[in-house]
Amino acid sequence: MYAILAAEGGTEHNPIIPLWQEIVIGSIAFAILCFMLMKYVFPRMEQTFQARVDAIEGGIKRAEAAQAEANQLLEQYRAQLAEARTDAAKIRDDARADAEGIRQDVLAKAREESDRIIAAGKEQLAAERSTIVRELRTEVGTIAVDLAGRIVGESLADEARRKGTVERFLADLESVGAGNGSANGSAVRAS
Amino acid sequence: MIGQSVVLAEGEVPFPPSVEDFFLPAIYPWGEHNSYWITKFTVLVWLGVALTIVFFLVTYRNPKLVPTKGQWIAESIYGFVRNNIAVDMIGHRGVAFAPYLTTLFVFIFVNNLWQIIPFVQISPMAHIAFPAILAIISYVMFIWVGIRHHGFAKFFKHSLMPPAPWFMQPLLIPIELFSTFIARPVSLALRLFANLFAGHIILLVFTLGGFVLLNADSFFLKPISVLSWAVSIAITFLEALVIVLQAYIFTVLSASYVQGALADEH
Repeated sequence: MYAILAAEGGTEHNPIIPLWQEIVIGSIAFAILCFMLMKYVFPRMEQTFQARVDAIEGGIKRAEAAQAEANQLLEQYRAQLAEARTDAAKIRDDARADAEGIRQDVLAKAREESDRIIAAGKEQLAAERSTIVRELRTEVGTIAVDLAGRIVGESLADEARRKGTVERFLADLESVGAGNGSANGSAVRAS
Repeated sequence: MIGQSVVLAEGEVPFPPSVEDFFLPAIYPWGEHNSYWITKFTVLVWLGVALTIVFFLVTYRNPKLVPTKGQWIAESIYGFVRNNIAVDMIGHRGVAFAPYLTTLFVFIFVNNLWQIIPFVQISPMAHIAFPAILAIISYVMFIWVGIRHHGFAKFFKHSLMPPAPWFMQPLLIPIELFSTFIARPVSLALRLFANLFAGHIILLVFTLGGFVLLNADSFFLKPISVLSWAVSIAITFLEALVIVLQAYIFTVLSASYVQGALADEH
């Protein structure tokens, strides 16, 4: 073996003594590999991993947020609904109370009005009656006097009869002193 | 490479395989024995690095939330090292180390992979220079991280003095010193190197052994060469396991050293 190597111009090698040329080349090659992979490949892989995690966790988070928002809205709507119901009940009660009040008012006013109208009518009636009575009394007096005058004037001739008539009239008048109205009436009837 | 095996098949088979089978003549200048700049090993390293970079840049040129197949594979590699090694071993601080650990894993894996690629069938990691670089980087890194986390004095005290009675310390400190600051990088480098070196030797033994048996004078030995090649194929599958395992172990141990340097308690 030695002879062959010597003949080929080679030297004996020790496998655990490194060749310095290979150390240089190995270092450079490994450095290049490190540089390329650490600069252009692995950081992007980390980014991709992170993006993947974000995509998954983000999805979950978004879903949770949406759920929470929905729940909150639901609560809000429920609260609003309850409030609205209370309001409506209150409004209804108020309206009922108002209506009752208004009804009472109107009723009271109407009663008052009717009382007033009735009172005015009675008053007017009384006034008219007294006026009529007064007018009648005057008229009756005049008519009585007129009738009396006419009877007196026309029946002078018939003295006898006239004497009886006047006497009867006076007797009537005397009885009128006891009852005024009936005396008048009988006087009118007598004429 | 290809030519070599043909030559081996035709002429005198150099058997058994030796260390010199790992030190092939240079590609440029062609056939030069003491030139190491452009050899099968360095070319494979460059090729491995280039393919890895292209793979990651192409599959990750346009990342989407819902990944395509290529993007998914690239992400799975990073995600595996990030979650199953970095975060599992180091905790939440491990995310910061995930890029380095992943690069380490990918670099070792791709370079190991040459071991079982047909017509290549040797890994640059079978030269100790490459594992040594990686071991030194991991070594420097965990010390640096430890010093930055604890401070210089506290880190070394923390690393060298396990919680034990004081009279035990004279015994323990040298052990800790050796295991933490000497054995770690050496074992990292040697483990990877030796696995790939031995794997290649075994493949050579069975492949070349097949030719040796075929060329044997005894007629009855000739059919056994088929068995020898069958074993070499089986060994190749075993190597497939080894290359993944070694990449994984190197990465896990690096992560574990960082974890130890960051740990507050022993």
